[in-house]
Amino acid sequence: MIDLWDGVVQALRLVAGLDATLTDIALRSLQVTLSALGIACLIAFPLAALLAVRRFRWRRTVIAVLNALMGLPPVVVGLVVYVLLSRSGPFGVLGLLFTPTAMIIAQVIIIVPLIASIAHQSLRDLWHDYHDLLISMNVTQGQKLRTLMWDARRALLTAALAGFGRGIGEVGAIMIVGGNIDNATRVMTTAIALETGRGDFALALALGFILIVMTVAINLAVHTLGRTEREGRW
Amino acid sequence: MIRLLLAVLVVWSSAASAETLRMAVTTSFHNSGLADVLLPEIADDLGLEVQLLVVGTGQALRLGEAGDVDAILVHSRGAEEAFVAAGYGTHRREIMYNDFVLIGPQDDPAAIAESETATEALTRIAEAQAIFVSRGDDSGTHLKELALWADAGRDPAGFGRWYNAVGAGMGAALNTASGLNAYILSDRASWLSFGNRGDLALLFAGDPVLFNQYAYLPVNPERHPHVAADLARALEDWLVSDRARDLIDGYRMEGEQLFVFNAQSEGDT
Repeated sequence: MIDLWDGVVQALRLVAGLDATLTDIALRSLQVTLSALGIACLIAFPLAALLAVRRFRWRRTVIAVLNALMGLPPVVVGLVVYVLLSRSGPFGVLGLLFTPTAMIIAQVIIIVPLIASIAHQSLRDLWHDYHDLLISMNVTQGQKLRTLMWDARRALLTAALAGFGRGIGEVGAIMIVGGNIDNATRVMTTAIALETGRGDFALALALGFILIVMTVAINLAVHTLGRTEREGRW
Repeated sequence: MIRLLLAVLVVWSSAASAETLRMAVTTSFHNSGLADVLLPEIADDLGLEVQLLVVGTGQALRLGEAGDVDAILVHSRGAEEAFVAAGYGTHRREIMYNDFVLIGPQDDPAAIAESETATEALTRIAEAQAIFVSRGDDSGTHLKELALWADAGRDPAGFGRWYNAVGAGMGAALNTASGLNAYILSDRASWLSFGNRGDLALLFAGDPVLFNQYAYLPVNPERHPHVAADLARALEDWLVSDRARDLIDGYRMEGEQLFVFNAQSEGDT
């Protein structure tokens, strides 16, 4: 229990002192996960909408696979991305390994299935309501997708936040492809793993608390800006 | 579209890696804190930013084989010589050594503190069947432990439940040992910098067989043309210089000297 208290005290001290290293790795955490989230949303939302609207032969299989991939083990994703980006791998010439870009790539792979699955769930329900109307108006496929995505924007926001949550707390993949290099690819979660390894539980916990507070703050900010959970609003 | 994306990725990554050298080092080296002393001096003297990848010896060698780092600094002679022999590294340069220590419960149920040699200490642990934590991850420390068991004429494969191979890094293994109140082989630096000691104490050290030689191996540019061979050469010259000698020999942790500089000036490469 002493450790937990030490962790809280140290967290407050780090935040109060605006520790330069802490600010640096916290910002890098946000940079990596938010970039990954942006790219993942660009892929996952249209994919989810397409799966809701289009009827094709392997649709059920694709949806089932997508749902299953929500549980992708990050360490396996990390290993696969490592092998692909390694100098001896197919994309080695790009020299991307151990850069934030590599971490973003790994996180995109991890969170796309999650975002797409959650988004698909809401879009499918909405499509059920809109189906007759949109068909009778004889709109194009693109218009259908856009209408669905716009009207389900709050549900899509929830899907994005779930993706953000999985990305910001992830350590297995980014440890392998990022390498936890000081001042280059060290982020909150890999720093926590490092301090745990050193047996400095107080500092590890302090970083952990700061990460949790950061995540909560971002979720609150998004909800406030998005005006969700307000009376009389959907 | 894809081409554009690739172009952007390439520009982004090359902008981030100007005048930097990637070196894979072992956890024990990093835990010692010596890197925090050496790296700023290297940056001052050579204008070179050394990016450290802190991994186990096994993974460090793999990173070198794949050409993902420019040089490695590890401590496992057999594996290093195989690395050079296979053409992955140009040569092996000994830089310094530190030592391994045996850690265990303060009350020392196997009485290893009274042993004369490291082999005898391990024999006592095996005979007492005292709980022992092994790295079990093919790291330099793990390979050293296995060599010591072999010296003692014992095979860990036949050990009972008192022998726990955790398959983790030094810090994580020390955490496990602390939780189980078990014996463990650690490098001195990791032990001194370890914060969660619980009831553990340093019980045995000093046998020359426990000395732990660190060597620097530049990755072979003939095999991987993209490696920064010039920078790796510059770093090697710096690491064997008198300046490095003073910093390494002068480094203290809790009042103890951790590393002994023993690089030869030239010729043994």
